[in-house]
Amino acid sequence: MQEGMIERSHPFRQNGISLISQLQQIQQEHGWLPEPELRRLSAATGEPLIEIYRVATFYKSFSLAPRGRHRVTACCGTACHVRGSAGVTREISKLLGVKPGGTSADGRYSLETVNCLGACALAPLVVVDGEYHGNITPAGTRKLLKKITGPEAGNGAAAER
Amino acid sequence: MEALQARLKTPADLERYRAAIKAKQETITHRLSVCGGTGCAGGGSARIRDYLQDYLARRGLSARVALRFTGCLGLCERGPLVIVSPGEIFYQKVTAADAAEIVDQTVLKGELVERLLYTDPLNGEKYVSANEIPFLKKQSRFLLGDNWRLDPASIEDYLGLGGYAVLAGCLDGLNGAEIIARLKASRLRGRGGAGFPTGIKWAEGREAPGDQKYIICNADEGDPGAFMDRSLMEGNPHSVLEGLIIGGYAIGAGEGIVFVRAEYPTAVKNIRLAIARAEEVGLLGEDILGSGFDFRVSVSVGAGAFVSGETSALIRAVEGQVGEPRQKPPHLAQQGLWKKPTVVNNVETLANVPLILRLGTESYSGIGTASSKGTKIFSLVGKVNNTGLVEVPLGMTLREIIDDIGGGIKGGKRFKAVQTGGPSGGCLPASLLDLPTDYEALSEAGSMMGSGGMIVMDEETCMVDLARYFLAFLKEESCGACFSCREGIARMLEMVEAITRGESSPGQLELLEELAAVVKEASMCGLGQTASNPVLSTLRYFREEYLAHLVDRRCPAGVCRDLISFRIEAGICNGCGACRKSCPAGAVEGKKKEPHRIAAALCTRCGICLETCRYGAVLKE
Repeated sequence: MQEGMIERSHPFRQNGISLISQLQQIQQEHGWLPEPELRRLSAATGEPLIEIYRVATFYKSFSLAPRGRHRVTACCGTACHVRGSAGVTREISKLLGVKPGGTSADGRYSLETVNCLGACALAPLVVVDGEYHGNITPAGTRKLLKKITGPEAGNGAAAER
Repeated sequence: MEALQARLKTPADLERYRAAIKAKQETITHRLSVCGGTGCAGGGSARIRDYLQDYLARRGLSARVALRFTGCLGLCERGPLVIVSPGEIFYQKVTAADAAEIVDQTVLKGELVERLLYTDPLNGEKYVSANEIPFLKKQSRFLLGDNWRLDPASIEDYLGLGGYAVLAGCLDGLNGAEIIARLKASRLRGRGGAGFPTGIKWAEGREAPGDQKYIICNADEGDPGAFMDRSLMEGNPHSVLEGLIIGGYAIGAGEGIVFVRAEYPTAVKNIRLAIARAEEVGLLGEDILGSGFDFRVSVSVGAGAFVSGETSALIRAVEGQVGEPRQKPPHLAQQGLWKKPTVVNNVETLANVPLILRLGTESYSGIGTASSKGTKIFSLVGKVNNTGLVEVPLGMTLREIIDDIGGGIKGGKRFKAVQTGGPSGGCLPASLLDLPTDYEALSEAGSMMGSGGMIVMDEETCMVDLARYFLAFLKEESCGACFSCREGIARMLEMVEAITRGESSPGQLELLEELAAVVKEASMCGLGQTASNPVLSTLRYFREEYLAHLVDRRCPAGVCRDLISFRIEAGICNGCGACRKSCPAGAVEGKKKEPHRIAAALCTRCGICLETCRYGAVLKE
């Protein structure tokens, strides 16, 4: 490793705020990381844009695309998995017409999977717009999503972005 | 509690303040502790708290009844939980509608609300006091036991229970070397996974040359199915902070950092609040309690990467970089954060520190086994009756934890395996249920202690699918720096996926074992070195299940979708049509009141028909 590469660690902390924290602030403000903001950050900190993207793409919580107005999060931790979260996620994906990690073309729904929310007693667990719903079964997904899909209860109608 | 006028300047100030807190607490006649842990909060416990608060105010009881929104109380399965003291009356499955009755009956009249009491699923007995419930009674809750006694937002609650007395004692009477000697004598081992002796780690940090040193609390709990650290941070953040300050003092660090996952917003909030309150009263900052020791703590919020729990990767993440591990040496004790000597300890490890110094090393090392001392918190989850957090002496057998505390397997099913150690651990079969939870015993059996996840599985869990699950997880989380880990996990995943589809051959198992050994040998960090464990342990103990997939093209647990099919038993089906209406694929056909059929070509094997049928006419084969 070149000496210069090791020495790079310090500039990451501009005014005592790490690059990660700065990206978290941008994400908190916009809900995702828009490119113009990242360019601005690069100009302000002197950090090459590619380094900023390297960090932004490494961590799971950063999103490089806007997320849907309704956010559905399916927990796929081990406890949820052994209680059938894979089937639940599959049904939600079909109903919303969105693959895990994706957002519908109309920007209505995002479906995310997470590794564990630590509420294993409620497994399998699905979070819809911040609200926890426990013990969800494949058959229960349609009813669960009615709140955000409306009565038409999509059958994968919305095309993926 | 009246706000403190000035910073505490001496240990005597602290004791005076503590006495004032205790005097004030004597005016309280009853306490209501509403569990705010993730499980209970997910079940709506915040509303219960609001209703109780409202109702207490309306009844004019706010001054003498203390209401707390606490950290995890343990028995998540029966949440939301409320404990009423005196009497430690344990109410479970509480709803907001029960709030008024709890106040009127129990607080005012001293009568029980019978329907909210806990009934044991095994012996059918009803229990009143939290201390009598088998789930809690059989534990040794040294670390979690105070959760219901304190509001995590209140430093006064922690002080009222004797908090920070150990810190004061250390600053007043012990030097760093003496503290480390006691820690070594206690034989505390790291609770984050590897089980390295904490005293030795601290000694290395203390002996490392340099006047600027750091101590980091690793709260980047990434194992799926594990939430011990989260519950400590949420429920008793000051106990972790006290351990961190003592650690800073012992190794000579001026700054501490708590690295916590963004996925744990309540933990982030509570630890931040704890730090702010400790600064206000003078337990953090300059010249703590007049000792001349200066120490500050900041919080660094992670952005979500499992590999960042590895200590060298964690340090990079704290620095704001990509959280990838690096080659060691140089060890972190020599070159850590900002290239300064750094000690990284797990949350539970730090919470053990004040406990050890309070109990004394002799009493502490009386708990546990010869090589594994103290208690360990496990998150007991999966197909077990009592899902929850369990704190037991190290060495308790898996059987005691799963059967006696966990209440056995859900729905009367048969135990199949227990997975410990998260994605780095392994699956242990029924024949090993009498194995003690000891660092060495678990490793020898092909699993590991890990951070304390304990996932119980029954006959409906497919072990091949589980190996696939962990490989998929690790493939996603591998940073990709080592070829063996990046490519090895991906290829193992392909091979296991082919097995779950029934598109493999028996010779593949040997190839899988060979590849697993290479990944273990050739990877740099703990993630790669242990990535093969889920595959190897399932191959070791459940080989016949792999063979059923390979040879018979059959998934005995009925999980792998390509190897199962659904059928309606004409003799049982009464043609009610429920499955037809619920089938999202439109694969069920049949006239009303006549037996239905499933069109195999259309069926996606989602299992909704099986779930919907009330007559047991749908069969999975």
